[in-house]
Amino acid sequence: MLKEENKIFKNLYNEHGWELENAVKRDDWLDTKKIIDKGRDWIINEIKTSELRGRGGAGFSTGLKWSFAPKKVGSRPHYLVINADESEPGTCKDRDILRFEPQKLIEGCLIASYAVNAKVCYVYIRGEYSNEGKRLQEAIDQAYSKNFIGKNACNTGWDLDIYIHYGAGAYICGEETALLESLEGNKGQPRLKPPFPALVGLYGCPTIVNNVETIAVVPTILRRGAKWFASMGRPKNTGTKIFCISGNVNTPCNVEEEMGIPLKELIEKHAGGVIGGWKNLQAVIPGGSSMPMVPKDICETLRMDFDSLVGVKSGLGTAGVVVINKDEDIIKCMARIARFYKHESCGQCTPCREGAGWMWRILERTAKGEATHKDIDLLSDVTKQIEGHTICAFGEGSAWPVQGLLRHFRKEIDKRCTADPIFKKKRKIPYLIDQHNLESKDA
Amino acid sequence: MSLKKIHDKQPDKFEFTETNLNLADKILKKYPPDQKKSAVMPLLYLAQNQNENWIPLAAMKYIGKFLNMPYINVYEIATFYSMYNLAPVGKYFVQVCTTSPCALRGANKLVDICKEKISKNQNELSQNGMCSWTEVECLGACINAPMMQVNEDYYEDLDETNTTKILNSFLEDKPLKPGSYRNRKNSAPEKNQILINGHKNA
Repeated sequence: MLKEENKIFKNLYNEHGWELENAVKRDDWLDTKKIIDKGRDWIINEIKTSELRGRGGAGFSTGLKWSFAPKKVGSRPHYLVINADESEPGTCKDRDILRFEPQKLIEGCLIASYAVNAKVCYVYIRGEYSNEGKRLQEAIDQAYSKNFIGKNACNTGWDLDIYIHYGAGAYICGEETALLESLEGNKGQPRLKPPFPALVGLYGCPTIVNNVETIAVVPTILRRGAKWFASMGRPKNTGTKIFCISGNVNTPCNVEEEMGIPLKELIEKHAGGVIGGWKNLQAVIPGGSSMPMVPKDICETLRMDFDSLVGVKSGLGTAGVVVINKDEDIIKCMARIARFYKHESCGQCTPCREGAGWMWRILERTAKGEATHKDIDLLSDVTKQIEGHTICAFGEGSAWPVQGLLRHFRKEIDKRCTADPIFKKKRKIPYLIDQHNLESKDA
Repeated sequence: MSLKKIHDKQPDKFEFTETNLNLADKILKKYPPDQKKSAVMPLLYLAQNQNENWIPLAAMKYIGKFLNMPYINVYEIATFYSMYNLAPVGKYFVQVCTTSPCALRGANKLVDICKEKISKNQNELSQNGMCSWTEVECLGACINAPMMQVNEDYYEDLDETNTTKILNSFLEDKPLKPGSYRNRKNSAPEKNQILINGHKNA
C-alpha cells in the first residue's frame, strides 16, 4: 500500500480545502522559481528519468513528448493544451483534480509551458463539468493575484496565460487532434497523423497536449526528484496513479495508489470488496470502457500497470476499474457499452461509424437471445474490420471491448444463441448477399 | 454524433443582450485575433443561456455574422455537439446517465421514475412545463453512480426514494440541493456502506 507521505494528491477528497492558501500549505508553489531556473533541458531530462507515462490512456512517455517540441520558437508560437475532456465511462479522476487540487494543475501548466516554450495554455474541459470549470477559473484568478502566473510568473521572467475552453458533450474530443479541431471552432473530428501536434497542432503551431493528471503530478516529481517517483511501481511503470473503482463494489471510490498494485488488493482494500464477495466476481474492465475486460481467473493475480495489462491483452487506459459481478448480465452490459460507442462515433471514418452501430445491434440481439451462431462470427469479423482501419484510436476503443467479450465469454454467448437463421439459403446469389457470407457455403 | 431535430417554431430575430455582448468581447480576447472562429462554441453557450436553454436558427446566423464565418459552419457545430439544445427544454433539464458504470448500479430505475414523473418520452416537457428529461452518455461521475445532471448541477449517489423527491422538487419549482444523497464526502470510500449494502446489487 502507498504510504501517506508518498501521496501526490493529498486533497483528493477535499479534506483540507482547495483554496490557494491551503494548497500552499501542502507545498504547492514551493520553490517553483528554483525548478524553472534549472532550465528546460534539466526539466525534460528529469521527467524522462522519472519514466512518467501519460495518464490519459495511451501511456506515452511524457518527457519524450515534450522533447518533440521544437527547441527554439520560430515564426509560430507554441501552445500547451491540457486535456480535461474526461468522458471515458468508468473514469472520474480529473474531475477531482479540477475541483480539489487545481493549484497542482496550474503549477504544472507553468512548468510544462516553460519546458515546451509555450506562453499560452488552454485547458479544454468537458462541457458537463461547468461547476468544475468555474472552480478552476477561481483557482486561476487566485494564482494570477499572487503573480504565480501571468506576466513574469513567479519572478522567473516567463509569461503565461491560462484560458479555459469548454467542450459540449462529445466523447471524441478527448482524442488530441479532435480536441484541437474543436478548440479551433470546428466539429471535433480527428486529424490524420503525422504530422503530430508537437509540430503542427493548434492553429498550425507546435502544440503539446497532455492529460490533467500528467501535468498535475509534474511539480511534485520535480520537487521530490525523479528518483523518488521512479522508486515506486515497477521499471517503465513508475509512480502513483489515481484509480477509480466503480460498478458492483461495496464502496466505490477514487484512490491514489502505487502503480502495479494487485487488482485484488485494490478492490478488497479500497473499494470494500465485490458485492457478494470475491467469489461472486464475473469480470473487470480494468481501464475505462475501451479496454477489453478480464475474467475472474486472470483477476486473481493481475497487477495494475501498463505492461502487465498488455500482457493479458487488455490495457491500463485511464485506470477506471469497472467491476461486474455474477448477478449482472455481462452481454447486456457490453451491449450498453457498444451503444455508447455508436452514439459517440464522430462519423468521419466509415468502418467506425457503421461498425459501431452494427456491433450494438448484434449484441442487443444476443442479449435478448435472438441471435444466431452465424451472427457471432459476423460480430467477431466486424470488430476486426473496424480495428486499425480508422483515423483515430476510437475504432480500437469500440472494437476491443467486444473482442474481449468474445475472447472470454464465448461459451456464455453461444448458450444464448437460440434463434435459427432467418433464411436458409441453398443457392449462391452473389449480388444479393453480404461480402462476408460469400466465403462460407451455407450462408 | 447525435441525432437532433430543429424546433418547428423559430423566432425571427436574435441579438445578444448588452451584458452578453460584453461577455462575448471578453471571450474573443482569449483567442488569437486572427482566430475568431475558436469562439464559436462559447458563443453558442451564451446564446443558449440567453434564449431559455435552447438555440434558435436565428442565433446561429447571428453568431455566424458576429464571427465572420459561414452560417453552415455554425449550424454544423450546433448539431455536432450534444450539449446544444436545438428545441426548447424545461426550466429544469434532467439528464440521467445510463452508461454501463451507472447502469450497473441501477440507473435504469431512475429512467423509469423520470418516465413516470416527467413525461413518457425523452425531450418532452412535463405537464406543467417545468421539466424535461433525457438519457445521456457518461457524465464522468462513475464513483457516485447512479447520478443525474440537472442544468449544471450533479445529483449523486441516488436511489429510488431520493430521485422521486428530487424530481418532485423540480416540478414544484423548489429545487433541492445538488451533491451526494448519501451524505458522502465527494469521492471518498464510505466504510459504513459495507454493512448497509449487505450483499445485494443496487
